[in-house]
Amino acid sequence: MSTTQMTIARGINSGLRAAMEKDPKVLLMGEDIGKLGGVFRVTEGLQKDFGEDRVIDTPLAEAGIVGTAIGMALRGYRPVVEIQFDGFVYPAFDHIISQVAKMRARSLGAVKMPIVIRIPVGGGIGAVEHHSESNEAYFTHTAGLKVVCCANPADAYWMIQQAVETDDPVIFYEPKRRYWDKGEVDTSAAPCGLFESRVVKEGSDLTLLAYGPMVKTCLQAAQVAEEEGKSLEVIDLRTLSPLDLPTLTASVKKTGRVVIVHEAPTFGGLGGEISARLTEDCFYHLEAPVLRVGGYNVPYPPSRLEEDFLPDLDRVLDSVDRSLSY
Amino acid sequence: MTDSQTDRPGDQPDADFPDEPAVPASQQTSRKAADPLAEINARPAQSGGGPDMIQLLTPEGQRVPNDRYDPIIEALTDDELRGFYRDLVLIRRVDTEATALQRQGELGIWASLLGQEAAQVGSGRAMRPQDYAFPSYREHGVAWCRGVDPINLLGLFRGVNHGGWDPNEKNFHLYTIVIGAQALHATGYAMGIQRDGDVGTGDEDRDAAVISYFGDGATSQGDVNEALVFAGVNHAPTVFFCQNNQWAISVPNDKQIPSPIYQRARGFGLPGLRVDGNDVLAVYAVTKTALDNARSGQGPTFLEAFTYRMGAHTTSDDPTKYRISAEVEVWKHRDPIARFTTWLLREGIMDKAFMDQIEAEGDELAASIRERCLNMPDPEPLAMFDHIYVEEHPVIETERAELARYLESFEGAH
Ligand SMILES: Cc1ncc(C[n+]2csc(CCOP(=O)(O)OP(=O)(O)O)c2C)c(N)n1
Ligand SMILES: [Mg+2]
Repeated sequence: MSTTQMTIARGINSGLRAAMEKDPKVLLMGEDIGKLGGVFRVTEGLQKDFGEDRVIDTPLAEAGIVGTAIGMALRGYRPVVEIQFDGFVYPAFDHIISQVAKMRARSLGAVKMPIVIRIPVGGGIGAVEHHSESNEAYFTHTAGLKVVCCANPADAYWMIQQAVETDDPVIFYEPKRRYWDKGEVDTSAAPCGLFESRVVKEGSDLTLLAYGPMVKTCLQAAQVAEEEGKSLEVIDLRTLSPLDLPTLTASVKKTGRVVIVHEAPTFGGLGGEISARLTEDCFYHLEAPVLRVGGYNVPYPPSRLEEDFLPDLDRVLDSVDRSLSY
Repeated sequence: MTDSQTDRPGDQPDADFPDEPAVPASQQTSRKAADPLAEINARPAQSGGGPDMIQLLTPEGQRVPNDRYDPIIEALTDDELRGFYRDLVLIRRVDTEATALQRQGELGIWASLLGQEAAQVGSGRAMRPQDYAFPSYREHGVAWCRGVDPINLLGLFRGVNHGGWDPNEKNFHLYTIVIGAQALHATGYAMGIQRDGDVGTGDEDRDAAVISYFGDGATSQGDVNEALVFAGVNHAPTVFFCQNNQWAISVPNDKQIPSPIYQRARGFGLPGLRVDGNDVLAVYAVTKTALDNARSGQGPTFLEAFTYRMGAHTTSDDPTKYRISAEVEVWKHRDPIARFTTWLLREGIMDKAFMDQIEAEGDELAASIRERCLNMPDPEPLAMFDHIYVEEHPVIETERAELARYLESFEGAH
């Protein structure tokens, strides 16, 4: 075992480096990812070491980036695309939904789309509009795409490599407000597969389901609850599509109560799908309705209001209490 | 545009395919050994913008005669010229103050217009009241010319709103952060003007035009290119005003623009001109001509204002990562305010006393903006549910009540 301390941003950086060293077909595309190293410095140093042909500072056009990544993939490359901020993926939406997601089915399996689309996601950084969105439900709603989200440096390091090795297109979400959180990374072996959810804290009274930035919030909530004598289990979903339902149902059947937490608005959000699945699969084990904590059904608000919009410790605990009081 | 248009190099009908590839072989890979400064210094005339660039005032403050545009400049009164100076100085002062406010934590971020004052004031002053501007996020100088109180611009950057001014009050649309989108909105607005019959009537208070602002980076977006197509086929009364400040965050022109931007307009059926964006007189004269043409029914024009982003992309950016300071030094000598000052003083249009007066006005303005920024209240949490729909929406109302109840549960808790 060889462990090192690194941030989530550094984890992805090192993971990309490892992937590029391993496979010469892996290349990076995006705005400002070269000399600048990306606005979050996730690709820092990679252009210097791998050259401009493999770390491409693209023109400012998201449709162009994803559209040409499709062509690159058809030619045998494995493009890893960076979208600068969540709110700027929409110019590329058409290519992602209508082309990337459907190409394999249209060719009856003749071609594959091993493209990774990295998107820094979520709020909490005091940014102006379009820089704080959680748009995962658009992509989880789209068959043909796989969607994952990392929440800690070890996963950042390993999940990005696993995503690059995946032969299907992967939307790879990075929790931008946690980019600078540090943690231990064991660089000798991957902790688990890409499409597996993980119990990050065991408990018996209630299950908290979260991903990305909300995993940390839920772990804090579990700690506070513990001091009040409540035992919460926390699961980091990691994979949003496909869902790792066996792991989720096992936990819910054990605890009988579940609260799903995400930053995205609850209306039409991924929590709704998870809730429906769990209700179907665990109906006789549930002691309370499945509850959700998330953003409100409004455009992401100006940053001075984001703390009221985003789920926090108090709102998570509030829902925990509601669930436990059934 | 009319007669002089045919004189521009881009207008010659193409011969067959050229014998040589348009891009020298040495530049055909992505591994150009680029020394940006060498390139800048190698460009002979006209502040790096090449021989096609329209310039009426050199960086040294010398007037360059120009048959076509001189009459427009000569028609300006001394008051108007001093007004340009006042605009340039005051908007730079506002910009400096906003940058300082960001450093002190009062704004989350600020996008500085430093270096682009002439491009914005020259074009902004070329508009008539009934015209409409569609800005990106850096057009503080255009906002100023439209009469938008600068304090309005700070709300978005402070994080208390997403813009928050009524665009129809001064015909200045909300800032658009999604790169390039506003070019289409401007074109559609211009198509509306056509359908209202407010083009080519000859009534100068009725005929209207639209101007959209965007950067060099934005010209790569589909939206901007689609806007050119729509404007071209519809002959829409609109001016595309591209401020080529040489950089799109860390990406320089040579990685963004395969051939000079103003030449691209031809392919869309629009006249395209490059103007010295640091020369307020040239920008004014060229934009006025383009807007007049649009209003009178002669269709759209594409203008490239050749300028420079003197500061960082925004206060969050660190340009030392990607550009050399010597390049900035070169452009310091092309400062838009310095050359205009030299000329105004030499022509006796303004004197030192006037400059002192504007400086004092700037200090006052800055102090007032600072004070009003500090006093800008945070919105109430429940305000996030306001104005999303015209009509009532039950989910929104349920959630508003939910948040209200939740917030109440904390009252008296301490
Ligand atoms: C659709 C979209 N993609 C990416 C961004 C992030 N971004 C903000 S400004 C910018 C560069 C813009 O460059 P340019 O058009 O030259 O305008 P400038 O900032 O230089 O005025 C980028 C990539 C964005 N705002 N919108
Ligand atoms: Mg630019």
